[in-house]
Amino acid sequence: MMDILQILLSESFWAASLRIATPLIFGVLGALLCEKSGVLNLGIEGIFAAGAMCGWMAVWLGAGLWGGVLVAALAGAFFGLIHGILTVPLGLSQHVSGLGVTLFATSLSYFTYRTALPTVTSPPRIEPFRALDIPILSDIPFLGPVVFQQTAMTMLALAMVLLVWYVLNRTALGVALQAVGDNPDSVDAQGLSVYGLRIGAVMAGSALMALGGAFLTMSAFDAFFFGMVNGRGWICIALVIFASWKPGKALLGALLFGAFDALQVRLQTEVGAMVPGQVFLMAPYVLSIFALVVAARRAEYPRALLTPWFKGQR
Amino acid sequence: MIRIEPRNAPGRLMTLGVPVLSAVIALALAAIPLALAGADLTVAYGEMVKGVFGSVFAFSEMLTRATPLMFTGLAAALAFRAKLWNIGAEGQLYLGAMAAVAIGAGAVDIPGIFLIPLIIVLGAAAGAAGMAVPALLKTRFGADEVVTTLLLNFIILIFVQMMLEGALQDPMGLGWPQSAPILDQGMLPQLMPRMRMHSGLILALVLAGVAQFMLARSVWGFRLRAVGENAAAARHAGIGVNRSLFGVAILSGGLAGLAGVSEVAGLKGYLTADLSPGFGYTGIVVAMLAGLSPVGVVISALFIASVFVGADSMSRAMGVSSYLADLVVAMSLLCVLVGGFVARYRITRSKPAVAAA
Repeated sequence: MMDILQILLSESFWAASLRIATPLIFGVLGALLCEKSGVLNLGIEGIFAAGAMCGWMAVWLGAGLWGGVLVAALAGAFFGLIHGILTVPLGLSQHVSGLGVTLFATSLSYFTYRTALPTVTSPPRIEPFRALDIPILSDIPFLGPVVFQQTAMTMLALAMVLLVWYVLNRTALGVALQAVGDNPDSVDAQGLSVYGLRIGAVMAGSALMALGGAFLTMSAFDAFFFGMVNGRGWICIALVIFASWKPGKALLGALLFGAFDALQVRLQTEVGAMVPGQVFLMAPYVLSIFALVVAARRAEYPRALLTPWFKGQR
Repeated sequence: MIRIEPRNAPGRLMTLGVPVLSAVIALALAAIPLALAGADLTVAYGEMVKGVFGSVFAFSEMLTRATPLMFTGLAAALAFRAKLWNIGAEGQLYLGAMAAVAIGAGAVDIPGIFLIPLIIVLGAAAGAAGMAVPALLKTRFGADEVVTTLLLNFIILIFVQMMLEGALQDPMGLGWPQSAPILDQGMLPQLMPRMRMHSGLILALVLAGVAQFMLARSVWGFRLRAVGENAAAARHAGIGVNRSLFGVAILSGGLAGLAGVSEVAGLKGYLTADLSPGFGYTGIVVAMLAGLSPVGVVISALFIASVFVGADSMSRAMGVSSYLADLVVAMSLLCVLVGGFVARYRITRSKPAVAAA
C-alpha cells in the first residue's frame, strides 16, 4: 500500500499520466466537437493512424516538426470532409460511414507507408519533439515538472482544451454549433447553414483527432508502426460519453485514464510475477467499458446526434 | 435549380446495380494508388485476375478466403438489420476459435461424428456469449454497443494471447504461443483433394440460405426488420424490442463464432493470435455491399475474397504492397454507401419558382 501511495505522490507518475493522456485529450476533444454538432465520427481510429503516418512522413521528408503537425491536421480535416459529406448533406448512416473512413484512412496510410518505404526492416526514425524547459514555470514545485516539462504537443493539447471550451461556451459560433447538434431546425430558421456548421465541426474535430495520432509518431515515439493506434480512437469515443460532452471533463477523463495506465505499468513491475502481463494490457479497455457503463445512464446526448437533417424537410 | 428528392422505392435494377457498380468503381479507383506505386496497370490487373481465375487451385483459394467472410458478413447483416451495431465480430470469431481448440484439441477423444458437431455448437455458443455481454450492457445500462463491441475486440485478442501462453498452449509446441492441434477426426472434411477448401464453406452457404428464408418469411424475421426500421413503432405494436435485440445479438455472435471454428477446424488446425487478418471488420463491408441480404452476403464475400486473393498474388508478382486489397475493400464500402444514396434519391431539375413553392 505504501508503495502505491508513494507512486501516486511522485512527480514522475503524474508527468507520465499527462504524457499518456495527451493523444487521448486530442482525440476526445475532436470526437466531442463532431458529436456536439450532431455527427458521430467513428473514423477516429483511422484518422489517428493517418495523422500518425502523415505527420511522421512530412517530418521525415524534411518539413520540420511543426510542418508535420500542420500536415497531420490537414490530413485529418480531409478525412473529416469525406465523413462530413457522406453523413451531413447525404445523410448516410454515421456508423457505417465512420467505419468506412476508418478502414479507408488506415489502409491508405499503411499502403502509402509501404509504398514509400518498401524494403525497410526497422522503421526509420525522426528527431521528435523534445521536452520543454519553460523558464520560471518549470520551477514551480510539483506542477512545474508535471506540466511544464512536457513536449510542445502536450502544451498544444492543453491549449486546445481551453480553446474548445472557449469557442463552445463564449462565442456565437459555439452557440450555433451546440444548437445544430440539439435542434438543427432552429439554426436553419436563423438563416445559418446547418450543413456548413456540421461539416466544419467534423473537419475541425477530425483535424484534432489527427493531432492525437501525430503525437504518437512525433512526440511519444519517433517512428511509425503498423497497428500503433491500438484502439486509442475507440477509447476516446467512450471517454466523450464519460465526459458528458464537456471539454473540462474530457481533460479530466483523459487524465484519469492516463493515470490508471501509468499506475498499471508501475504495478506490473511490482506484482508482475504473480499475474500474467496480459491482464495489465487488457485493463485500459476494460476501464473504458466500465466508464461507459457508469456514464451511460446519466449521459445527456446531443439531442440530434445520429439524426440527419435535410434542408426544406421537417 | 437542382433538387434532390426521395424516390418511392428503389427499383430492382438499382438494388442489384448499385453494389455491382460500387465494386467496379472501387476496383477502378485502385488504379490511382497502383499508378502512384509505379505499377503497369494492365499487368497489375491481369495478375489480379490470374490470381483468382488462373487455376483451379487459385479459385479454390478464393473460396477458402470467402468462407470466414460469409460467416462474419452474415453476422453483421443480421445485426445491422435490427440496427444492432455489432462491430465485435473479430472478437467473437476468436472466442469461437478458442472454444473449438479447447474442446477439439484432445480434451475429449470421441469419434468425429460427435466431435465435429460438438466443436461447431460450442464455437457458436462462445461467439454468442461474446455478443450477449454488450447486448446486455445495452439493454440494461444503455451502454452504446458500438463502443463496447469495439473495445471487447481488443480485450478478447489479448485474452487469446494470454491463453496461448497459458492454459491453451501446446505442450509440444516448443514454447510458441499456439494451441495444440485439433484432433484429426475433429477437422471439418476437405472438399477436394490437395486443396485447402473445406466444408466450412458448405455450412456457410446453408446458413445463408436459412437466414435468407427466416428473414423474409418467418415471424421472427418480420419482428427483426420491424425493430430495425422503427423501434418505437415496433414497441408500440407489442414487439418485445429488447428481446428481439438480444435474440439477434446471440445469432450474430454465434455466426461470428462459427467463422473462428471454420478457420481453426477447417483450415489452420490450431489457434494462433494472428488467426484472423480482420475478417470481423471486413464482414461489415461484406454485409453492406450485400445490402444486408444473406444471399447477397455470399456473393459479396466472393467478391471481397477475390480482391484479397487477387491483390495478394499481384503484390507477390509486382512488389506492390498488399495493403492495396484493404484499400479496395474500404473504397467499395464508401462507394456502396454513396450508391445507396443515389438509389434512394434522384436529382431533378426544376425551375426556381417551383423549387421555392
